[in-house]
Parts: sequence; C-alpha cells; structure tokens
Amino acid sequence: MTTMTLAKALNNGLRRAMEDDEKVLVMGEDVGTLGGVFRITDGLQKDFGDDRVIDTPLAESGIVGTAVGLAMRGYRPVVEIQFDGFVYPAYDQIVCQVAKLHYRSGGRIKMPMVIRIPFGGGIGAVEHHSESPEAQFVHTPGLKVVACSNPADAYGMIQQAIRSDDPVIFLEPKRLYYSVKGEVDETAVPAPLWQSRVVRPGTDATLVAYGPTVSTCLDAATVAAEEGRSIEVIDLRTLSPLDLVPVLESVRRTGRLVVVHEAHMTLGMGAEIAARVTEECFHSLESPVLRVGGYDTPYPPARIEESYLPDLDRVLDAVDRTFGF
Amino acid sequence: MIEPALADPVFGPAPEQTADDPELVQLLTPEGERVHHPAFDLDFSPDQLRGFYRDMTLVRRVDIEATALQRHGELGLWAQLLGQEAAQIGAGRALRPQDFVFPTYREHGVAWCRGVDPVRLLSLFRGVDQGSWDPAEHNFGLYTIVIGAQTLHATGYAMGVQRDGAVGTGDPERDTAVVAHFGDGASSQGDVNEAFVFAASYNAPVVFFCQNNQWAISEPFERQSRIPLYRRAHGFGFPGIRVDGNDVLATYSVMQTALQRARDGQGPTFVEAYTYRMGAHTTTDDPTRYRLSDDVENWKLKDPIARVEVYLRRNGMADDNFVAEVAAEADALGERMRRECHALPDPDPRDIFTLVHSEQTAELAAQQATFDAHVASFDGEEVPV
Repeated sequence: MTTMTLAKALNNGLRRAMEDDEKVLVMGEDVGTLGGVFRITDGLQKDFGDDRVIDTPLAESGIVGTAVGLAMRGYRPVVEIQFDGFVYPAYDQIVCQVAKLHYRSGGRIKMPMVIRIPFGGGIGAVEHHSESPEAQFVHTPGLKVVACSNPADAYGMIQQAIRSDDPVIFLEPKRLYYSVKGEVDETAVPAPLWQSRVVRPGTDATLVAYGPTVSTCLDAATVAAEEGRSIEVIDLRTLSPLDLVPVLESVRRTGRLVVVHEAHMTLGMGAEIAARVTEECFHSLESPVLRVGGYDTPYPPARIEESYLPDLDRVLDAVDRTFGF
Repeated sequence: MIEPALADPVFGPAPEQTADDPELVQLLTPEGERVHHPAFDLDFSPDQLRGFYRDMTLVRRVDIEATALQRHGELGLWAQLLGQEAAQIGAGRALRPQDFVFPTYREHGVAWCRGVDPVRLLSLFRGVDQGSWDPAEHNFGLYTIVIGAQTLHATGYAMGVQRDGAVGTGDPERDTAVVAHFGDGASSQGDVNEAFVFAASYNAPVVFFCQNNQWAISEPFERQSRIPLYRRAHGFGFPGIRVDGNDVLATYSVMQTALQRARDGQGPTFVEAYTYRMGAHTTTDDPTRYRLSDDVENWKLKDPIARVEVYLRRNGMADDNFVAEVAAEADALGERMRRECHALPDPDPRDIFTLVHSEQTAELAAQQATFDAHVASFDGEEVPV
C-alpha cells in the first residue's frame, strides 16, 4: 500500500499497462519528452521509447484518426487529449469512426482505444480548459465512458480500460490530479470497471456523483451528518454503460436522490438518471429527483468559476429541498 | 465563376494551374499509342496487358449492373466508377498481398483487385449491412462514407507497420505499404491535410492516391484548389506526382514505384490520378444541372478501356475472339450479380443490439428484450412498419 496523488496513480497504471502488453502505445501532444502538460505520462517515453510513447503533431483529429489505424493493425493506443475543450476537433473521428467501426464491420474490427481526457474546472484556467463534455460521448452508441475520482480507482481503472476491446473515453478530474492523495494497493484486484459503487453508506438521502464532484458530495455528507442527516454517496465510475443497480437499490431505501455534476444541466447525466430512477422506483420516491450542475452557460471566466461549479452549499441546499416535499 | 489567382508584385507569381499539365505521366495515349517516360517506363507482358483489359471491362460491367439494379429499386444508392477504371485497376494491381488499402465508397475496381466479390459491395448499397467483407481477409478496409476520414486510418495503420518492423527489411514478402484513397473533394478536408502532416512527420509507408475526377458532386475541381493537387505534397515535405488516371499502364507503373518507395522505408508519396467522373456522383445526382455535355464528350475520347483495346489489337495481342470472351465473362458476371443481389437476405433486426460492443451491455440486452416483446405482441401478425 502506497500513498500517492491521482496523477501518480494514473502514471503508475499506464506504466503497468505498458509493461503488461507491448501493444499498448501512448500518443498525444507533449506526452513524450515533457511527460504531458499534467505530467501524467512522465518518464514513460524514457523507459519505453518513442515508438511506444509518441509525441504527435498538434491535430486532435489526426491523433484519434491515426490511433484508429494503429488499432486496426493490432495496437492498443492510449490517446491523451490535452484538455477537454480540445477534444472537439477529434469529435468526428470519435463519433463516426471510433464508435461505429465495430458495429459497421459486423464485429470484425475491434477498436481497443482509450481516449484520456482531463475534464472539469476549478484550476483557474482560460477558456476551453475546464469543460465537462461527457454527455456528448455517453449519447454516442459504441463508446464507453468512465470517470475516476480517487487514486486507487485511477490506478485500476486505467489498466482495465486499456484491456477493454471497446473504445473507452477515460475522464480524469484534473483539479484532483495533485490535490488529493490516497492509498493505492498495486497488488489488489480492482473492482469490475463497469460498476458504480457506494462510497459512503447512508439512510436518509442519496447523492450520486462521478469524477470531481464525488469529493464534494462526500464533504456534503460529512456536514449533513453533523446536522443529523445520514447521506449515502454513490460514485458512478462508469457513465456508459450506466450501472444504476446501486443507485436504484439506494433510492428504494432513502426515497430521495440528488445527482451532482459539473456538466451543464440540460440533457446531462442527471437528466438521464432522473428519468431512469423515475421509471424504476417511482413509488419509492419521497421527492422529485433533483440535479445540481453547471448552469446552461458557457464555462465562465476563472475568477467566477467557483460561483458556477457545484459546491458544498449548493449540494446541501438541494438535499434540504428533497426533504421539503 | 472562379477568379484565377493573380500575380503579386511583392510576393511573386501566382501558382499556375493548367488542366493539361506537362508533368502528367503517360505511357499509353488516348489513341492507343505506346509512349515512353524516362522515370516510369515498364515492360508489360501480353498477359498483363490482356489482364488489365479484362479487369477494366469487368469492373465497368459491375458498375453498369449496379447502376441498373439501383434504377430497378434493388439498391438504395450506387456510387458510380464509370471512367475511373484505369486509375483503380492500375492502383489495385500494383499492390502486393501484404499491402493494406483504405478505400472511399467508390473503389469498386480496387475491391475487385483485392478479391472482394462485387455482390458484397451491393449489400452495402442495398441496405443489408454497412460493409460485409472482412478487412483483414482482403487487406482492404471497409468503405468510408465520411469524406477523407480514412486517410488518417491509413496513416495510423502505416505507423503500425513501421512499429512491426515491416518496412525496409528488403524482404519482398514482408515489407508493407498502405494506400489511402480519396478524391479531389476530400483534398479540402482537414483530416486529409492532417494525414499528410502525420505521414510526413513519421515518414510513414503510405501512398496517398487521389483520383481527381474533376467533380465533387456539383463542385468543379477549381473550387477545391488553385494549384494542381499533386503539388500540395511538396508543401508537406514529400513527393507528389500527377499521372494520367485514364492510362492503366502509367497508373500501374507510378503506383508500383510509389508503393515500393513506401515499403523500402522512404516514406509517403502523393499520386494524383487525373481522370474524369463520367457518370453522376451517385445515382441520386443529376450532372446535367452543373456541367456541359461537351466536357463529357471530350473525356469519352480519353476512355481508359478503348485505348488498351486499340493497343492490344494493333500489336496482335488480342483479337475478336478475346474481346468476345471477356464480353461473355462480363455478361455472366452481370447475370450473377442480379441473381445474387435479389437473393441477399435482409438482416435480423436483433443484430443491431449485439454488434455495438464486443460484448452486449445490460442496457442493450434490456432494450433488445423490449423489442422482442413488442414483436411478440403481434402474435404472428405482420409487424406494422
């Protein structure tokens, strides 16, 4: 058991995946000599060579499009998109090619590609560096989408995503890269990738989150406990396929659900979860499913981003409102 | 009206653009006269020349037959190759078995050279599937509808070939080239230009084969480029060349050289096959709305098949019997295509739920169960559509 940052856990996970399978390649802008702008690939090119850790030209469609060809040749490319807002030039390749090749080919072509995207805000960045585009990929059949929220998960999930024969959008909460540390047991067998998980049990209301908002929700649950409310927190981990089994089980007990994400509210994960929970546990609900998310505006300038992002107060306020019905 | 580029007193002369570029490589004139080229001359055996004639005649029949099937309502759509037979057969026959091809949706002639049965092309345009052949079996990728997307796949595949150590070994069975097909319209796409950048940067063993058929649906070539396309390659740092795309000998020879260059580890080449789309863009298009019939009549004189037939007959390599044999073979192929097209079974609607991922997800299993229940609710009656 070692204590490490989320960034280090990802770095170690990538290293381990590259050691385990020589077909695993890392490619992206600045991932080689520099080790990535967030240093997630630090040292990998030095140890695995520039044939396996590839500094690419600055063209996201080119990166993902060539990764498609490498996958067709039998490689397992791990693509780094430098920032969430830079994924859009590659959107066509991801949605029309990466997502559909398995289907189009009647299952003959496998697309074992991982597209890593540092996502979400809170780092005081300029425009296009703080976005949460997950719903657009969850809405695309053929893609799988996961988000890690802590070092132990990051270490295991990145390796599991790389082993998947299907393309995986791998979302990394960039503001947690160096701000959280956690215990990582590199010898432990990780939980299955396609499962969500209760990270704090409770009985009075359920909070569902993923990526950066999991820690926000855990903090909210701690504060709520001081006020005598027992809040259950669920880390979705996988957004597509969506594993709602623990969520439904929880809501059947608590009757109250708040979904928290940084992404815009309209047609976000919260909307989908609210619809499904309403279909599956209508009679268990004591209140409507509520959402706390980014507003339906472009991501704001950094000086006011804390007013935009879901925070402890907005989450606790939503929990309060679920008790008002 | 597209204005010609003007010379600038400070920046210098405008790049010239002429359709009849003097640098066009040609080995067989439209009149069937064998001409020689200092860099690309090749000796062709009579069998090889007769083979080209046969290939081109048969793929023209494939195209005519498929167009007719669409007119009869048997296909939803067909993208015609009429006029581009030499470009495709020349490029296709220059390949070695281990080479890999990434086509657009019009490479029926290249598919033929890769051993893909023409009926398998029909199934896509009939709406039975979205690509029925195994790319790994034929080393021929699936048809790509999004314009230019496959040029990046080809470049990435070529980067994989490099990592496999399958370039520059000198082993003719091992060294591998990759071909990216695209057209003049696609040359404006970002993906194509990014493919050029990546291929140049990594010196990838890929040949960019552009069939400049002059038309991107209704838009003339001049809307895409003010300079001959092959010259763009120089700006990216690799060689480009224009070949008479209606001359199967020249196309074969230039492609053979470019492919060998790639296999030898010398990097990418851009080959612009200068040709003409004699038919419509697809069967839904009406070219009489945007181009002059004079143009088409002029290009008829440059027909890729007629010039080979003239050359073969004039040099005693083919006679009426040979031409009749090939025609009979084409008739039989056409008849088989019609029969097998009609017999293509519709796919099982349930397949859509199982092919999305390598393993079906619980959500898709649930949606499939809903679908099954819906179908079952009709209790044997026909499901309304």
